Amino acid sequence: MISRRDFLQATVAASAIYGAGGFTRASAQQSLSQNELLKFDTTGNVTLIHITDIHGQLNPVYFREPEINLGIGSVNGLPPHVTGKDFLNLFNMTPGTPEAYALTYNDFSALAKTYGRMGGLDRVATVINSIRSDRPDALLLDGGDTWQGSYTTHHTQGQDMVNVMNALKPDAMTSHWEFTLGIDRVTEIVDSLDFPFLGANIFDNEWEEPAYEPYKMFERGGVKIAVIGQAFPYMPIANPGWMFPNLSFGIREERMVEVVNEVQALGAELVVLLSHNGFDVDRKLASRVNGIDVILTGHTHDALPEPVLVGSTMLIASGSNGKFVTRLDLDVREGEVKGFSHKLIPIFSDVIAPDPYVRALIDEQRAPFSDQLKEVLGTTDQELYRRGNFNGTWDDLLCNALIDEREADIALSPGFRWGPSLLPGQDITREDLFNATAMSYPEAYRTEMTGEFLHVILEDVADNLFNPDPYYQQGGDMVRVGGMGYSIDVSKPQGSRITDMTILKTGEKVEANKSYQVAGWASVNENTEGPAIWDVAESWIKKQESVSIDPNTSVKVSGI
Amino acid sequence: MSLTRRNALALGSASFVVTLMPLNAFAAKDETMAVINAFTNGAAVSDGGINLTTPEIAENGNTVPVQFSAPGAKRVMLLADGNPTPGVGTFNFGKLSDASGSTRIRLAGTQEVIAVAEMADGSYAQVAKTVKVTIGGCGG
Repeated sequence: MISRRDFLQATVAASAIYGAGGFTRASAQQSLSQNELLKFDTTGNVTLIHITDIHGQLNPVYFREPEINLGIGSVNGLPPHVTGKDFLNLFNMTPGTPEAYALTYNDFSALAKTYGRMGGLDRVATVINSIRSDRPDALLLDGGDTWQGSYTTHHTQGQDMVNVMNALKPDAMTSHWEFTLGIDRVTEIVDSLDFPFLGANIFDNEWEEPAYEPYKMFERGGVKIAVIGQAFPYMPIANPGWMFPNLSFGIREERMVEVVNEVQALGAELVVLLSHNGFDVDRKLASRVNGIDVILTGHTHDALPEPVLVGSTMLIASGSNGKFVTRLDLDVREGEVKGFSHKLIPIFSDVIAPDPYVRALIDEQRAPFSDQLKEVLGTTDQELYRRGNFNGTWDDLLCNALIDEREADIALSPGFRWGPSLLPGQDITREDLFNATAMSYPEAYRTEMTGEFLHVILEDVADNLFNPDPYYQQGGDMVRVGGMGYSIDVSKPQGSRITDMTILKTGEKVEANKSYQVAGWASVNENTEGPAIWDVAESWIKKQESVSIDPNTSVKVSGI
Repeated sequence: MSLTRRNALALGSASFVVTLMPLNAFAAKDETMAVINAFTNGAAVSDGGINLTTPEIAENGNTVPVQFSAPGAKRVMLLADGNPTPGVGTFNFGKLSDASGSTRIRLAGTQEVIAVAEMADGSYAQVAKTVKVTIGGCGG
């Protein structure tokens, strides 16, 4: 465990709100106020507003942060790989406070009842308007994973999010799940946007030529600013490449060097990377590519109340699902960042007033689907959440549904990091189910796999998460497994991390040559067949008096 | 909190060291070593001096883009250490060329891609990069 003192040496303690600000003293809901949340020490001449990984969440949600988020190798114990009480200690926060609720998993359901839902783009609009009234030419930058993740987003092919985000007037965005709408739809939307859809690392895979604008130059407060976009590097690997067959992605470090040189030659005094690399990839990139002043990170859904510094590059992590907006003020003079002020603004939906115009716009997007959205499918006895390296109760639910409904021995559910949480006793509506499953390749397959092949899958996914070189990490979590337990030593190389694969029902060891019936969903392979996962889950939920998930102890983790 | 950016920068750069994987510390298999030895006539090969650009993770193992540049090289040989036949090809360069090239290769699985160059003075240099071939499927 690293101490706060150690941590300060690796980060910047400059955040206005956490620490010296009034927020930590606001120990009760009553003392939280919109003014308090929006209070900010306006600094310098440039303001950046960052929001990322909204995943289609127009309305406020409950979203439980992870209990387990391991860092491998040199980043072990460094933010964002610090959770729960360790996180609170590191950032000098008190359990039970609003910030503890917003940033950690502890006592989540109890605190959720006190502090309420977070996010909502109508509240986000209020925050953005307030920042703009202070600094009219602030840049609003969207890190992507915006057009996917809800019932309405699925049924409008992302149009609901596009309409509402347009009202917030972003200055640029980058992307990941956007491409799972299929290339034709992406092109249609991008052509309609008033702001650039940036991706310096997106190439046409036939001629290896840039396929999207790599950067956009702005002039704000007398400062020439380059915003470079970096889309999710492993798009055609982690998601179905056949949906955008002519595009190639990748980290492309050499390309980043080239683009940074290019914007510097154009006179950029501030270089901002709007990134969907994931935090650890960005941390490595910052250590190897000179000249980037700020990286607005995304993809791995981390929320950090203070920037992390790598050399002279500041890394900002603004959370996910609309829970937070980061405001970063910079004092840029003579081509250098001389000072800054930073705040991770938590969007407490009961405290920040909705912007009436955006509220009405959101209602308009949802109105055609209101009957479907509110339909109750069942109730849950316990917290349903997704985040965590190895499992979460939402995926336990999906795995149980896959095993029962598809008569399988073993179920696999992908390690996504999106999907809000539900509290014990809450109804599960169709909207809630889609929040955990909505995407464009939902087919629930059923197939035979040998024990050997299952082992290969687990090893492959584990290496995407636990390879000690961040450039080989894809940023999701471990595939969730139902019906089968295993041990994992995260410190081992690929091929020897996973052992003791066991069928939970019988206690029998999984045999390499034996075939098992496996059900899963979200295969990246074209022509996968099966009912949509939400139909499988709906059918299962409706059969339960109330959803109850046994504590999941089937993954034994070592090597931390 | 009263840390200034200047203090933080100083502290940050002192303590925040990201260790990097030694990508060129590889042990090629015998068959690959034999091909390299034939290329170099058994001469010693130093590490570095060649830029080899490969994707960290292949998007399609059947067609992996590989680029290299080896300023001043007369010949550059590409090898895929994990393929049944490691040899990919050899590029010969005239005096006025920039000794760079690109091609696409098929990789049987996760492995080292190796470039070996014969420089103008008759010395040899090599570099290797790991290219992962994955089954994929779980993006955050």
